[in-house]
Amino acid sequence: MKAFLGAVSVFGPGLAGWAASRPILAGSAPWAMAEALPPAPAILAPGDRRRASATVRFALAAASEATEAEPDRAVFETVFASGNGDGAVIGGILDALHEPEGVVSPTLFHNSVHNAAAGYWHIAVGSTMPSVSLGGHDGAFAAGLLAAMGAVATRGRPVLLVAYDTPMAAPLSGLRTTALPFACACLLRPTAEASEALLELRYVAEAAPDPVPADALDALAPANPAARALPLLRALAARRAAQIHLPLLPDAHLELRVTPC
Amino acid sequence: MMWPLRISAGTAVSALGAGIAPMRAALHARRGGLAPNTFPGAPAGIWTGAVAGLAEAAPPPELAAYDCRNNRLAELALRSDGFAEAVAAAVRRHGAERIAVVVGTSTAGIECTEQAYAARPSGTRNLPSGFDYARTHDLQALPNYIRARLGLRGPALAVSTACTSGARSMMEAATLIAAGVVDAAVAGGVDSLCRLTLHGFASLELLSAGPCRPCAGDRDGISIGEAAGLVLLERPDAAPGPLLLGAGASSDGHHMSSPHPEGLGAVGAMRAALAAAGLAASEVDYVNLHGTGTRANDAMEDRAMHHVFGDGVACSSTKGWTGHALGASGAIEALLAAICLEDGLVPGCLGIEAADPEFRSDVATANRHTTLRRVMSNSFGFGGSNCSLVIGRG
Repeated sequence: MKAFLGAVSVFGPGLAGWAASRPILAGSAPWAMAEALPPAPAILAPGDRRRASATVRFALAAASEATEAEPDRAVFETVFASGNGDGAVIGGILDALHEPEGVVSPTLFHNSVHNAAAGYWHIAVGSTMPSVSLGGHDGAFAAGLLAAMGAVATRGRPVLLVAYDTPMAAPLSGLRTTALPFACACLLRPTAEASEALLELRYVAEAAPDPVPADALDALAPANPAARALPLLRALAARRAAQIHLPLLPDAHLELRVTPC
Repeated sequence: MMWPLRISAGTAVSALGAGIAPMRAALHARRGGLAPNTFPGAPAGIWTGAVAGLAEAAPPPELAAYDCRNNRLAELALRSDGFAEAVAAAVRRHGAERIAVVVGTSTAGIECTEQAYAARPSGTRNLPSGFDYARTHDLQALPNYIRARLGLRGPALAVSTACTSGARSMMEAATLIAAGVVDAAVAGGVDSLCRLTLHGFASLELLSAGPCRPCAGDRDGISIGEAAGLVLLERPDAAPGPLLLGAGASSDGHHMSSPHPEGLGAVGAMRAALAAAGLAASEVDYVNLHGTGTRANDAMEDRAMHHVFGDGVACSSTKGWTGHALGASGAIEALLAAICLEDGLVPGCLGIEAADPEFRSDVATANRHTTLRRVMSNSFGFGGSNCSLVIGRG
């Protein structure tokens, strides 16, 4: 499968948006661990802004930045991929269910659906285009890329892929470790105009080879499912051709070839 | 060409029983599966559509780590209707690497986590260290279980778009087939009863006090059910059997938990499905509604139906039989649509004498027997997610 990458974004520790992160990802500026703070979701109406959780903020920050040059953000099909979904919301409901009263907050409940971030995005930009939300555990970024590139290839439409994950709340955080928050987004198109790179994707029914981290930034990748996109982000930042192995399942991965345009 | 795809095997497990045969018999006999709730820890005074036989549906020993209510529902489905055997035959045709698993769920095995929370000794916050989050609670636990159980080696995706998950999974499966990533896919949805969902809908005051009565003028809400619906999708050949003629999706972009009052998103999904199938509205003979039984959903869906089809196409909701099986509903209702096609049956809404007098579409309230060429199945969900499928005869 092929798609052209039009724009990309990133929010993570020491990676505050694409423009600020590009030299760091390319290796021409040093990376330093710093708390990741997603910008307030200015695209949401004030009521929804209050209701949006930190997880939704990360997703919307990535989606907004990848589409900021677009005249109309409502025209994109979307794929949202997240291994954990909104751990704080799920954790809040589980806690409430085990209080003596057992009362669940209605707002928490409608924010608990895995497609909450996608729902907020489509409301914010007034988009009625199709949207799918995927899980994927540690392979969530690869799962999202497979679905998004499939949509581009078969329906010939531009697709916004958003991958995001945040640490779970205690006590689930003790069983499912996500060390840091991370979000990124890719705008994918069927044609080459105004593109950063050509992406070619192939499914391989074998485990991904073990990556060898070259530096501390590479070492972030296993700490968050969305950070598994780092090898792609770094190739794009450096405008470097690359062949990347993205883990999808314990015994399967995607082979991604990146060719700068 | 993305469409059509052949539904070369299918299985459904719901409150009506395990397999297609009990679902078919219940539809003809107008015998619903809802009952006063016995699932522990639920809100008082509700009815649910629980599945019988889960106690005997443990995963095989080598996959015991996946054991949870949701994967037991999947297991029961794999054992029913010769589904696992049909997939094994497909493996011989295509190879295990060429078959994907793309399945939907809203809450996966979260019921297992709820039990672990409840079992903590007083004053303890942590969960037992042996608790297997990845193979129970995690959304990916469902496709990974089905993939391992069937010996498949293709991609496995977990679709989670609330109550459209089961239908939407079929669109994603079709995409992987059309893109040439695989030759076949196991698609559908599985969702189990859990306290999060039951208390969540209770907090929104959307649960019915009795068995749900979609499309009734005095309808009072949802009855939650649990179910597993799986299909094997392949490119069409000469073999007889149901076809997935097309699918369409849309977003409301309106509100997180309330549908657009005029049903614009629903209209968009229905029209997209018709366009995918290359059909005019008049070429559909029956629409199986999302029809949850809430005031807002059913009124919105009636407006959307009338907008697309006028009053010339029969429609009904079958959630009075199964309850609302959330992320599995689109999958079991696609299989139910295939029964309707084969039997020439429009199953009238259960438990109501007449449709809401304000409704303008042709809502069936008694079973009708007629020739059906094509059936549409609607699913709508929180977050403004909409998906429609069109099923036809091969």
